[in-house]
Amino acid sequence: MKRLLSKKNLAILLGILLLYGVIQTLISLGILRTFHQVNLITICISVIMAVSLNLITGFTGQFTLGHAGFMAVGAYFSAVMTVKWGVFFPVSIFSGAVLAAVFGVLIGLPTLRLKGDYLAIATLGFGEVIRVVLLNTKYVGGAAGLFGIPRLVNWTWVFFAAVITVVVIRNLLWSSYGRACISIREDEVAAELMGIDITHYKVLAFSVGAFFAGLGGGIYAHYFYGLQPGTFGFMKSIDYLVMVVLGGMGSITGSILAAVVLTLINVVLQQFSAIRMILYALLLIVIMIFRPQGLMGSKEASLELFRKMGRRSGNGSLGSK
Amino acid sequence: MNMRKVLAALLVMTFVFGLLAGCGSSGSAGNAGGSAGGAAAGGAEETILLGVNFELSGGLAAYGQSKINGLKIALDEINAAGGVLGKKIVLKEYDNKGDNAEAVNISTRLMGEDKVVAMMGPVTSGRVMASVDVAKQFQIPMVTGTGTSAGITVNEDGSVNDFVYRICFIDPYQGTLAANYAADTLKVKNAAMLVNQSDDYSIYMAEAFKKTFEEKGGTILENSTFVEGDLDFKAALTKIKSSGAELIFCPNYYEPDALIAKQAQELGYDGYLLGGDGWDNLDHLIKTAGADALQKAFFINQYFPGDTTEKNQNFVKKYTELHKDAPPSFAALGYDLMYFVADAIERAGTTDPAEINKAMAGTTNFEGITGSFAMGENHDPIKSALVIGYTADGQYKVVEKVQ
Amino acid sequence: MEQFYVFLQQLINGVSLGSIYALIALGYTMVYGIIKLINFAHGDIYMMGAFIAYFSVSYFHLGFLSALLVSMAACTILGVLIERIAYKPLRGATRIAALITAIGMSFFLEYVMVFFVGAQSRAFPNVLPALRIEFFGGKVFITGKELLIYGVTLFLVVLLQFIVRKTKTGKAMRAVAFDREAAMLMGINIDYTISATFALGSALAGAAGVLVGVYYSAVNPLMGMTPGLKAFVAAVLGGIGIIPGAALGGMLMGLIETFVIAYGQSTYRDAVAFAILILILLIKPSGILGSNVREKI
Repeated sequence: MKRLLSKKNLAILLGILLLYGVIQTLISLGILRTFHQVNLITICISVIMAVSLNLITGFTGQFTLGHAGFMAVGAYFSAVMTVKWGVFFPVSIFSGAVLAAVFGVLIGLPTLRLKGDYLAIATLGFGEVIRVVLLNTKYVGGAAGLFGIPRLVNWTWVFFAAVITVVVIRNLLWSSYGRACISIREDEVAAELMGIDITHYKVLAFSVGAFFAGLGGGIYAHYFYGLQPGTFGFMKSIDYLVMVVLGGMGSITGSILAAVVLTLINVVLQQFSAIRMILYALLLIVIMIFRPQGLMGSKEASLELFRKMGRRSGNGSLGSK
Repeated sequence: MNMRKVLAALLVMTFVFGLLAGCGSSGSAGNAGGSAGGAAAGGAEETILLGVNFELSGGLAAYGQSKINGLKIALDEINAAGGVLGKKIVLKEYDNKGDNAEAVNISTRLMGEDKVVAMMGPVTSGRVMASVDVAKQFQIPMVTGTGTSAGITVNEDGSVNDFVYRICFIDPYQGTLAANYAADTLKVKNAAMLVNQSDDYSIYMAEAFKKTFEEKGGTILENSTFVEGDLDFKAALTKIKSSGAELIFCPNYYEPDALIAKQAQELGYDGYLLGGDGWDNLDHLIKTAGADALQKAFFINQYFPGDTTEKNQNFVKKYTELHKDAPPSFAALGYDLMYFVADAIERAGTTDPAEINKAMAGTTNFEGITGSFAMGENHDPIKSALVIGYTADGQYKVVEKVQ
Repeated sequence: MEQFYVFLQQLINGVSLGSIYALIALGYTMVYGIIKLINFAHGDIYMMGAFIAYFSVSYFHLGFLSALLVSMAACTILGVLIERIAYKPLRGATRIAALITAIGMSFFLEYVMVFFVGAQSRAFPNVLPALRIEFFGGKVFITGKELLIYGVTLFLVVLLQFIVRKTKTGKAMRAVAFDREAAMLMGINIDYTISATFALGSALAGAAGVLVGVYYSAVNPLMGMTPGLKAFVAAVLGGIGIIPGAALGGMLMGLIETFVIAYGQSTYRDAVAFAILILILLIKPSGILGSNVREKI
């Protein structure tokens, strides 16, 4: 209890509440309008998706291309519960996430003995199978999709969902479970020799990642009015993978930063339809060439990091960077 | 120690959110200033701002691009003729990549930030469906030129979506017409379907076709599907051919349809091909499939490029000059879409979205190149359909007109 | 008996589709074998190949063979350039960073083409004489285009196998693929060898693009996406990095897809193909022809 209420933790709690308070005030003052809220929520969904994928790919080193598949499971199941069965929506979103986690275990157990690109292809195949099944399921509308889902979540819900995702995954990683996951990424054989049950930890990372992907999907379903199987294709998985790599594999703050930056860039590029994707492509190539470890590398943004940077440039103030 | 990192991350988030808020509000302030300035200057500089929310990149880009090409021809004509209500029309155009969330994002941006008086688009049904609630929320009319899914304008409970319109056919209507044509005119008893399973347009049309065709005593022998991006239909066509079907209903877009026609011919299939308005890119069909493969191909359409009205000839001429290709119906519907919105504003006599909405709903006789129509109670146009077929020399002609 | 003819015809369809996957998969597997990079841009080099041939035929009125050669040459240059500019700086970085670059490259090629030629499909002019060989009184037949695809695929598999097994560059390729540091110590020029691999892989993609353009008579800037992905899956299925494996994997994909449509539920075609892929990987994690390498400790 003492540790839980330490100065640092209180400071962080305060910081989170402050951030929420500031944005909520801006919203109620009408300075942040609907359009800004759409983007804030897009950012939060991206944060949830990218951080959860980072747990699997960045920290545990399991290269997966099926993250959108878990998102689809969460999105569709929660939407069906809310719309067709009339369940209270937080319950359905949570159930969607749980189902995605179950899928994570079911898929994870057999496939996680594959390595590297073979795993990537197997997870890609799994994502595609989910999409095809949805495409063929009349109950959820098939290709036409499931529309008429009321917009039930608002900024408050989504913000705290993102905060919970980040805090849970961060705490998991800084526990002995997380250390085991990281050791698998660093050297699977050595980790096994140290007595780490590799399959156990891989499946753990996979199912926790899937759970939060399902959560992201549930929020998506309850904000964007409708779902179509095509949304959760292979390219969606790639979008989130790009965020993880761009932010830095193994950096939570990196994923958050990349989710924010890429969403904003996307908004700016909306009006340049002709060259939009060309600019985006160039951005990817250039960042990767000059910063192959991603924006943050495997470091976390912290006050110390800023202080070190400040010292290096001979200026102690935070504002210099 | 480490929790600070998370705190720092949150600081960064705050910073960027601040930037976002700053950008957004300064942007709209600029807009507001601009239009206020325009009003103050009086008359000459005043403009009407319309939104465009199209699929201009991603897998659906071909259709969005055709449509905006047509739309811009109409825009130039309208502005050259002095605009609407004496004001020039200015477009605010964004690309939704063919993504539903992006379409919602852009609709919100156009209606909430840019304060457009009406929005045109999106191009395809899924994106339109996703945007419907945004239009209702902001009470700004949106019109799609090519979103054919029935659910866009009418909800499952039968209620009509206010502020949402379309100027094209709906899928079931086309499917029913096609089935009538197959059973009554072509006298076909046994048919097969080859349907793009990843496209609701195809699926809805196929459902309606099957229903009507079976009601008329016909049988569907095979119902084969494919997905977006497929190029090879030989397996399905071989199966259909061996089933003895006399007609293949292909309710898809012209790209796969052209390949289907060609491969069916190569496989020696000699029955009919029948489709919907997605077939309409006559140039592409003839170049890809060849006239021989299209001898027994027919499709339902609302537009015929060979239409001799002065309006249409003028459009075809301009489009061909600009884009070196005959206009597909997407372009023609883009052209009509622009005129439809301009006409509604003209009749409303004001740029108040609520009045424009009323004017749109009250359209009684809009004369477009894709046909004249009145806006029905369901916000769907009541327009006549054409059945288009090919003649031996590779030309196409209207073989039947259905009211 | 009628059913048997239909079966034969479906077999021909399946082998044709399989040959196309195999053609694209060959280039994928070459590049992967040597630098362990999933070259997502491969499908787009294939698209560029198709477009170069389209322009050579439509605007410069070249014949089939010369268009094929022009496009293979252009793709070779393109492939080497892409490797030098985008992939070489990342050779020391993580493989996933290189993968993101490859994805970026893929978008770049696609949308540069969309920018210049538009997203619409274009009809590829018919450059081959119509040929049709019939069996069993016309109940089963094969077209000239199909024969061409079979022939070219077979020829390229044999040629590649020869290059990789017998030539000096090919031996260097295998050495680099096996152990890059050791190969370097043996005096093998790594840069040259990798460039040569990209050149070869891209030329193959170019050839595949032209053949597909001719076969289906249509080209568009996004045509590389789906076949590119499927060809990669095919390469993994057969055992990635192994040339006969790519051919086998491609053929299997084509046949599975065709027979699911012919005798199963066409709606589940892709799901069945991927499910079989996952099954095969579970039984044999390194693909059908791949050998399981024991990890040395």
